[in-house]
Amino acid sequence: MKNISNLTVGRELKNRASVGQAVHHSLVMAYRSLLKMRRTPEQFFDVMLQPILFTLMFTYIFGGAISGNVHNYLPIIIPGILVQTVIGTSVISGVQLREDMDKGVFDRFKSLPIARIAALAGALLADTVRYTIATTLTFLMGYLMGYRPDGGLGHVVIAALFVIGCSWAISWIFAFFGVVGRTASSVQGISMLILFPLTFLSNAFVPVETMPDWLQWLAKINPVSHMITAVRDLTNAGTMGQDFALSLIGAAVIVAIFAPLTVRVYMRRA
Amino acid sequence: MKRLYQTVPTGCDWAVEAQGLVKTFGDHRAVDGVHLKVRTGTIYAVLGPNGAGKTTTIRMLTTLLRPDDGSARIFGYDVVKESHIVRQLIGVTGQYASVDESLSAIENLVIFSRLLGMGRKEARQRAEELLEEFSLTEAANRPLKNFSGGMRRRLDLAASLIAQPPLIFLDEPTTGLDPRTRNQMWETIRKLVNHGSTVLLTTQYLQEADELADRIAVIDRGKVVAEGTADELKASVGNSSLQLKIQHSYDMERARQIVEQVLKVRSNTSTETGRITAPMTEADRVTDLLIALREAGIHLAELSVQKPTLDEVFLTITGHGVKKDTAVDSSSAVEEVRV
Ligand SMILES: Nc1ncnc2c1ncn2[C@@H]1O[C@H](COP(=O)(O)OP(=O)(O)O)[C@@H](O)[C@H]1O
Ligand SMILES: [Mg+2]
Repeated sequence: MKNISNLTVGRELKNRASVGQAVHHSLVMAYRSLLKMRRTPEQFFDVMLQPILFTLMFTYIFGGAISGNVHNYLPIIIPGILVQTVIGTSVISGVQLREDMDKGVFDRFKSLPIARIAALAGALLADTVRYTIATTLTFLMGYLMGYRPDGGLGHVVIAALFVIGCSWAISWIFAFFGVVGRTASSVQGISMLILFPLTFLSNAFVPVETMPDWLQWLAKINPVSHMITAVRDLTNAGTMGQDFALSLIGAAVIVAIFAPLTVRVYMRRA
Repeated sequence: MKRLYQTVPTGCDWAVEAQGLVKTFGDHRAVDGVHLKVRTGTIYAVLGPNGAGKTTTIRMLTTLLRPDDGSARIFGYDVVKESHIVRQLIGVTGQYASVDESLSAIENLVIFSRLLGMGRKEARQRAEELLEEFSLTEAANRPLKNFSGGMRRRLDLAASLIAQPPLIFLDEPTTGLDPRTRNQMWETIRKLVNHGSTVLLTTQYLQEADELADRIAVIDRGKVVAEGTADELKASVGNSSLQLKIQHSYDMERARQIVEQVLKVRSNTSTETGRITAPMTEADRVTDLLIALREAGIHLAELSVQKPTLDEVFLTITGHGVKKDTAVDSSSAVEEVRV
């Protein structure tokens, strides 16, 4: 009964895609997203504008008040803005996923014998292009404004990869909202609601010590603060400490929880 | 051509076996206990009006939707428990094109081919082959935004044939196509089966099912209300239907009674247009009918014979007509097909 011999399936039929296949499928899906990005380069405007605008604005607004002058503020603010901007960019992933999933082509992806995670993982992987653009521009702006990281170029590169990696992990949270949400705008709304407290209730712009006690407590346990500290350690001192390790563990935990959860919901929803 | 299609999978008589499939949306049972059995190597049509549950049934059979109850097997593999295997055996062309609008035709096909495990070169070759086969080579690099409905349909079908699946699902493959494109699509579907594939398609047009299918299931309100070959179904309706236009509307009721008495069938009466439509099993009886009408002093304005429409099949099988908009649809289809 189950002896189906046909041209396509000369091999034995398996009821699961292997890990190797899953990676291959995800890479093809990432390639698809990149092709689509190339078709609509307009979508990169906000990704490019935000680092330029924020770096200029925050540095000149807070610089004098917090560090006495703009130059001394740069080592504090550039890592802060970097993390804030790149995580902010990962919100777009969820919104775009929602828009993409409403299109007919997702029915085809679902009907193909590919790993279920591929459509999601591929899209999120391609989005690292966005994070890379935001990261590069933020460091570039910092450089133009006179920021010379003491950690050296090598550590700046490590910091960049670290931020891109962590943001990719965090994008799974927004992907989850993207899959759960009804419309793209509701996904955007919920994500922003989470994003703002997460990035502003941190040590991104001001030393935590200047905050009231309860806020200090919040800012200190905020994972984003740990990420920012880790980046400052890397770029300003060239060291990798506890914050670096904690952030990476946090990122791994997020992926471990949200990736399977998101795939599950994605499969459930017709 | 030979390379494009799949040979018959041997060793399995039934391509599709569905038992008691149920899908509920809210408190609305869109599919309400559907049984289907499709023999390997045949064309099977699921015929029904808009909203009958055709798409929902197909989505369950193609692993896109989980049945609330019942079970289905594709070549013996369970659509829920062995979904990944099932996906390796089917090609799906949905009611709405499932291709990427922002990419070109060739990019679409290459990506699907790569996902199906082909190498870069092989994928490109396969994509070109399929574009050629579906006369899309000229448009290969154009964005889909400028594609006509027919081109989109063809690309969508091409995409579901990449892996040469032994079973192909086509959800309303010709709805909205002009008669010429529709005929081309019919040709393509026949070719698929000649090369050994099994095809399950849905349609709103009896003519289409008649033209293509070995067997037909008529589905209404989520239930299979009739099943059989086209000839069997048509025999239950009459091979064609008689349409009478009565001159005076006050004669309508009497005329209807005479029609039903003489032809011994149920009729469909429209008072606004003054038309009576009735299935015609034996052409001979029409003579009797005309004589009876003359004797009763009822004057006819018009008389015509039509191929049965879905409306009549439905009326006969279910005792109620199909929804108005679909009825219009199906009768206009008759006209187009006859052209
Ligand atoms: N996702 C859905 N949510 C709610 N109702 C649905 C959904 N899909 C289909 N339906 C309803 O189920 C019924 C059957 O739909 P469908 O299977 O698309 O019919 P067909 O393909 O025969 O036109 C319709 O009444 C439709 O409104
Ligand atoms: Mg439908």
